[in-house]
Amino acid sequence: MANSEYVIEMRKITKAFGDFKANDQVDLQVRPGEIHALLGENGAGKSTLMNVLSGLLEPTSGQIYLNGKPVKIDSPNKANSLGIGMVHQHFMLIDAFTVTENIILGSEPNRGGVINIHQAEKDIQKLSDHYNLDVDPTAKVADISVGMQQRAEILKTLYRGANVLIFDEPTAVLTPQEIEELIEIMKNLVKEGKSIILITHKLSEIRQAADRCTVIRRGKTIGTVEVAGASSEDLATMMVGHSVTFKIPKQPAKLGPTTLQVKDLHVNENRGIPAVKGVDFTVKSGEILGIAGIDGNGQTELIEALTGLRKIVSGEILIKNHERANAAPRKITETGVAHVPEDRQKYGLVLQLSLAENLALQTYYRAPISEHGFLDYGKMREHAKRLIKEYDIRTTNEQLRAGELSGGNQQKAIIARELDRDADLIIVAQPTRGLDVGAIEYIHRQLIAQRDAGKAVLLVSFELDEIMNLSDRIIVLHDGKIAGEVRPETTTEQELGLLMAGQTQAETAKEEI
Amino acid sequence: MIKVNSTTRKILIPLFSILAGFLVGAIIMLFYSYDPLQAYGSMIQGSLGSTVSIGETLRQATPLIFTALGFSVANSAGFFNIGLSGQALAGWVASIWVALAFPDLPTFVLLPLAIIAGALAGAIMGAIPGFLRAFFGTSEVIVTIMLNYVALYLSTYLMQEVMPAHFRSSQDATKMISHHATLHVDWLSHMFGDSRIHFGLFLALIALVAVWLLMKKTTLGFEIRSVGLNPFASEYAGMSSKKTIIMSMVISGTLAGLGGVMEGLGTYQNFFIQTASMSIGFDGMAVSLLGSGSSLGILLSALLFSILQIGGLGMQTGAGVPFEIVSIVTASIIFFVGIDYVISKLFKNKDNANKKLPKTPIAKEVVTEEKDAQEGGRL
Repeated sequence: MANSEYVIEMRKITKAFGDFKANDQVDLQVRPGEIHALLGENGAGKSTLMNVLSGLLEPTSGQIYLNGKPVKIDSPNKANSLGIGMVHQHFMLIDAFTVTENIILGSEPNRGGVINIHQAEKDIQKLSDHYNLDVDPTAKVADISVGMQQRAEILKTLYRGANVLIFDEPTAVLTPQEIEELIEIMKNLVKEGKSIILITHKLSEIRQAADRCTVIRRGKTIGTVEVAGASSEDLATMMVGHSVTFKIPKQPAKLGPTTLQVKDLHVNENRGIPAVKGVDFTVKSGEILGIAGIDGNGQTELIEALTGLRKIVSGEILIKNHERANAAPRKITETGVAHVPEDRQKYGLVLQLSLAENLALQTYYRAPISEHGFLDYGKMREHAKRLIKEYDIRTTNEQLRAGELSGGNQQKAIIARELDRDADLIIVAQPTRGLDVGAIEYIHRQLIAQRDAGKAVLLVSFELDEIMNLSDRIIVLHDGKIAGEVRPETTTEQELGLLMAGQTQAETAKEEI
Repeated sequence: MIKVNSTTRKILIPLFSILAGFLVGAIIMLFYSYDPLQAYGSMIQGSLGSTVSIGETLRQATPLIFTALGFSVANSAGFFNIGLSGQALAGWVASIWVALAFPDLPTFVLLPLAIIAGALAGAIMGAIPGFLRAFFGTSEVIVTIMLNYVALYLSTYLMQEVMPAHFRSSQDATKMISHHATLHVDWLSHMFGDSRIHFGLFLALIALVAVWLLMKKTTLGFEIRSVGLNPFASEYAGMSSKKTIIMSMVISGTLAGLGGVMEGLGTYQNFFIQTASMSIGFDGMAVSLLGSGSSLGILLSALLFSILQIGGLGMQTGAGVPFEIVSIVTASIIFFVGIDYVISKLFKNKDNANKKLPKTPIAKEVVTEEKDAQEGGRL
């Protein structure tokens, strides 16, 4: 090893796309054996910087040093050979292959053209044991948990000789317990001499895991701080450029009549396998009911059934005392339901259409925008201008294609369109996924305002903070069933995590004693 | 790399494709020792050199405009209608049938009746694959291709076996339609040197405007575009993708059927046995793609195709170049339109490339495509 203080040093990295600089003279210095967090809002340039480091993008200018020696990383293979490995946010694994097959994919050890799978399995088992990763090399990826899939990804980079590991938002798909395990694994890795770059916008994880933290804002380095000496508020302020409120104060709920009543609902997923298995709950006007749970436990199917996008198998859905099971989406909308969909780019917007057209997506067929089958584009633009102003959608004008808006403003546009219709039941799924703190605060305020205005709000989120801060009641969904109902004032993240992992409330209570 | 804005780019890509197509044709002619300048000269002469040839070129463009419009409406809804030929053929047969069945009705009744019959026949032929796709999820590509054959052989069967015998002049052709049913108008024909140009040209121009209105100004057009661009979001917004797909195919079939009516009541004045699917179907797809689906683009590219086809005949007689060269030029143009992705690399999009780093708070949230790419599909 050369005698350098840093294992990775990126000096004055600039990456320009046309005239737009995604990275502008960014510096990053990673010490050997540290967990270095890279913090920034969406679009701040974190991914660009890491793509430069992993050889996917070539910097416009700037220099990368590895152990003090200047290197040129012009391909992902080069990055691999230099010992830089990336653990992707979306796992790059083939479901039908075993862990071993996935790990050796692309660099299969072979003898005369025959893959030596047993040798590879042994090597991987050894690596797994050495780093305490607890991965079964012979298991099929489809059969193992999300957490183990992630550990398989980590193994993959280690198997290829990575010395510096980049973790791209690794906790997005994990339960609180799995997150703690992951942080433990990361700490193990650095103990063994590896260095880790952790990309995230979650402050709590940085505080738990990282030694130092570099903050990037709008493509520029804001600074690097020792995590131990900085508070969450300091980091958040550095990240967004102004101070932020984490928890929005709210009045006690003033409950009104029942707006949504779900009785013994059964829904299948696409392959015909039951996804929602007998769920009962109600949402009253004036309250926010949070649905917590790990992704893939029936939340998506439940919401799709409630909004008419998916047929139910059996059960009842009463919206304002009207039976709306298996009704057409428009019928449900017109009953007084607003829906902020989970996948905003697939369901929420037609990205190629203008912002004005998207803002009219739920009302285009009615007067005043539509008269006798003809659209009044003047009225449509007026409608859009009003919403842009009221909901503070940042755009050059209402004619911009929706796909050209930033993620936060796309979400604001959907929220504007849905809330403006003054619906009595507001169904919101993952309203702040991938958004930065400023936009999250805004959306949370809007939802609480709706609740205070006497609307019934049904909130589905994988973010525990969000569920805890917003909900008046929380139900936890596990394997298509309600694992328990709790109140945010009396529950803990620990309890929620156990319920999300499938323990019953009785078991959870026992464990706490 | 030339920096242009997206509108200019939309125009430059087809223009470049056309030029490249002609260039390929020229290279092939040089290879076989023909003089490309003389050939293209006589092509222009043959298509635009006299009032007759202009009339014929316009006549040739008329059905192409209809089939191209038909293709573009279905395409907007995400439906690849390869069945334009069959739909046009249905329109042709139906219009001639009605015209022959009631030869003595007054023009103002018979002509619209025959046209509507043709449009309806096309609409039904179009509705079938639309219905099958909407309710059974069948591939429209396979269904429409096969329906072309159904239409082809059904048309022969209908003419030879089902039509009353006195409609026919021979085993292979019907009698000419009466002057009450024809689209032919003397003054127009005279104006263009007694060519076969007919009133259908004006119907085609009306259709261009009507389709533009439909797609850009009506609620139905908005639904068709929306379903085509993002069926999931459209369903979420309460649009019925089933209804929209069927409607778009009915409209598409209607327009293609009218293309066939133009051939029947306009160009040929009768129906005769077809041995292959009508070329206006496939050429219509090409015209629509070259014109990027817009009304103005379709008008211009329909004219270009007609110039190529009518002028190709002139090229053969004037310069001794085989007509097949025209097919090569046409095919090359379509090829270059098809690889517009490669061509577009030449013209970098100025809209994005020139976006300054945001300064004002309003502009700062506007994300360019590059920035999207940079964040690599996050969300």
